[in-house]
Amino acid sequence: MITAGVDCGAKNTKVVLLKDGEIVAKSIVLSGFDQRAAAEQSFAAALEMAGMSKSDVSNITATGAGMKEAQYAQDTVTEVGADAKGANFLFPSAKTIIDVGAEEGRAIKSDGKGKVIDFAVNEKCAAGAGSFTEAMARALEIRLEEMGPLSLKSQKAVPMNAQCAVFAESEVVTLIHAKTAKEDIARAVHDAIADRISSMVRRVGIEKDVALIGGVARNVGFVKSLEDNLEISFSIPEEPEYVSALGAAIVAAEHAKNK
Amino acid sequence: MLANYGYKDGSGEYFITVDTEKCNGCGDCVEACPAKVLEVIEDQYDPIEGDMIASVTDAHRKKIKYSCGPGKPVSNRPPLPCMAACAQDAITHSW
Amino acid sequence: MAEEYWRWKEYNWHSPDIDWKQAESVTAGVDVGSVSSQAVIMTDGQLFAYSNMRTGSDSPDSARNAMNWAMEETGMTLEDVQYVVGTGYGRVNVPFAKRPITEIACHARGANWMYGPGVRTVLDMGGQDCKAIHCDERGKVTNFLMNDKCAAGTGRGMEVFADLLSVSIEEVGDMSFDVEEEPEPVSSTCVVFAKSEATSLLREGWPKSKVLAAYCSAMAHRVFTLLERIGVEKDFAITGGIAKNSGVVKRLEQEIGFEALKPKHDTQIAGALGGALFAKALLEKERKK
Repeated sequence: MITAGVDCGAKNTKVVLLKDGEIVAKSIVLSGFDQRAAAEQSFAAALEMAGMSKSDVSNITATGAGMKEAQYAQDTVTEVGADAKGANFLFPSAKTIIDVGAEEGRAIKSDGKGKVIDFAVNEKCAAGAGSFTEAMARALEIRLEEMGPLSLKSQKAVPMNAQCAVFAESEVVTLIHAKTAKEDIARAVHDAIADRISSMVRRVGIEKDVALIGGVARNVGFVKSLEDNLEISFSIPEEPEYVSALGAAIVAAEHAKNK
Repeated sequence: MLANYGYKDGSGEYFITVDTEKCNGCGDCVEACPAKVLEVIEDQYDPIEGDMIASVTDAHRKKIKYSCGPGKPVSNRPPLPCMAACAQDAITHSW
Repeated sequence: MAEEYWRWKEYNWHSPDIDWKQAESVTAGVDVGSVSSQAVIMTDGQLFAYSNMRTGSDSPDSARNAMNWAMEETGMTLEDVQYVVGTGYGRVNVPFAKRPITEIACHARGANWMYGPGVRTVLDMGGQDCKAIHCDERGKVTNFLMNDKCAAGTGRGMEVFADLLSVSIEEVGDMSFDVEEEPEPVSSTCVVFAKSEATSLLREGWPKSKVLAAYCSAMAHRVFTLLERIGVEKDFAITGGIAKNSGVVKRLEQEIGFEALKPKHDTQIAGALGGALFAKALLEKERKK
């Protein structure tokens, strides 16, 4: 049986095709200003990669902030539900799941079988999500991908006072003018966002193992800051941005079996 | 005076309110708070009288959602340490 | 981000009718804000002189400049001022101030003098913060909140939009009313997210005026919800730079259901004025000792 999971995220729209418990295709497309078109494109790309057509797919489940835009999906699952399923598939021992995306951060406590026990969400404020790092990279005039490796070079913790991304941008500019090393600024940015994410994780409680997923998990600087803050290490998948889509594809398979 | 320390951002409204009519400046809340969010200082809003009252420190005013976060678990919420410690019922949280 | 730009004219003023040399008390308040700095000098509790300037990169210099400019052509020097109170964001960096006082207390006191003892609610919309204050008939704070954590609802949030649309901040108000029908407000509170929302509205073909209308009403609504936390009682006064942005003020008045008092003086001096009044009270307290 073949099922699909579509994750309509704020920044990227991801699709995972699952065949009898194995991933056969993945695709990622910028959500841009037309999430409906992005959802179509991403799905088409995944089908092409797998050499399949839409009729081969028995069930499609959508998730993510723009899930309603994946009109071809038969049903939907919450981001938290998809995260728990996807993380459990990759790391069966994970009890705590941290998902940091472009516009949202989530901490989830799971029963270790993919079921959600508790969760906390940071949303609608750029300070607690990937958008924060992105805005700071712009202020530093470096590419987002450079932020992580750069901050690992830092030898010094510089405090950041501003909480809001808009005010933090000016603070970064002030730090640059004061000749603060860019690597120390990058670290300050990651320490700041890690501080917010860790507070949220502490609200649900930390039970090992801990999985870190979502696109921001690719940022090695952020990962280091968060690991230092929580004093634990994480299980991080190779492609952390696909975990929600994977979870949605698993839910699609479960629904198909029950039909 | 009702002193509302905190903020409102896209994610919600986070205020700790100290009723200075009730607060006697005893400092029990300061001791009780594991995150060291509170202090007892001269009333900054009435510089003529200048009574000693509990207030949220400058360092925490812009991040109390995060500072108080560990004290507000998502399930089985215990009473907050500062509110529980205050015999005058002078402290409230908005979230 | 565009360079900082000065939005309102810098100016000074002093009363031609007062002979300060005859005064028993000469006190001053200096308000060093994130965007602008003001100095107000009072003689025996009467408004004698004031200035309003942009804040430079250095707070002590900005404070000195504002003070010197207020004293210009009055023959007064700093030695003649018996008590100075520093207030605002840079209040601890006013070198010649005897003590700093929080801007919330100063705004309440200043508004009480400016608008009269009937003022119960003061809303100050500044460059980097938004304050809502309740005060009694003596100008004493009875309830307040200050939002300086988040850029939404501050002058800075408006600047981000002015930059995005390449509209000068002074034009925002008028331009936002140049719409056939009031659009739905921008749905995101967070300025970062609101900006992406606006970008997609522009792509959909919305004219700048309509995007501004949507943002001004979102901002008015945000400020309204902050005010609701303490409640709005009459008389209601608005101070600070955004008081000059009709696009936000008119929409806010609509939401509240009544109008704000019309200012008699420049609303931007309210904080410094309150500082000068506190300086007078503290000076009298000192003299009694």
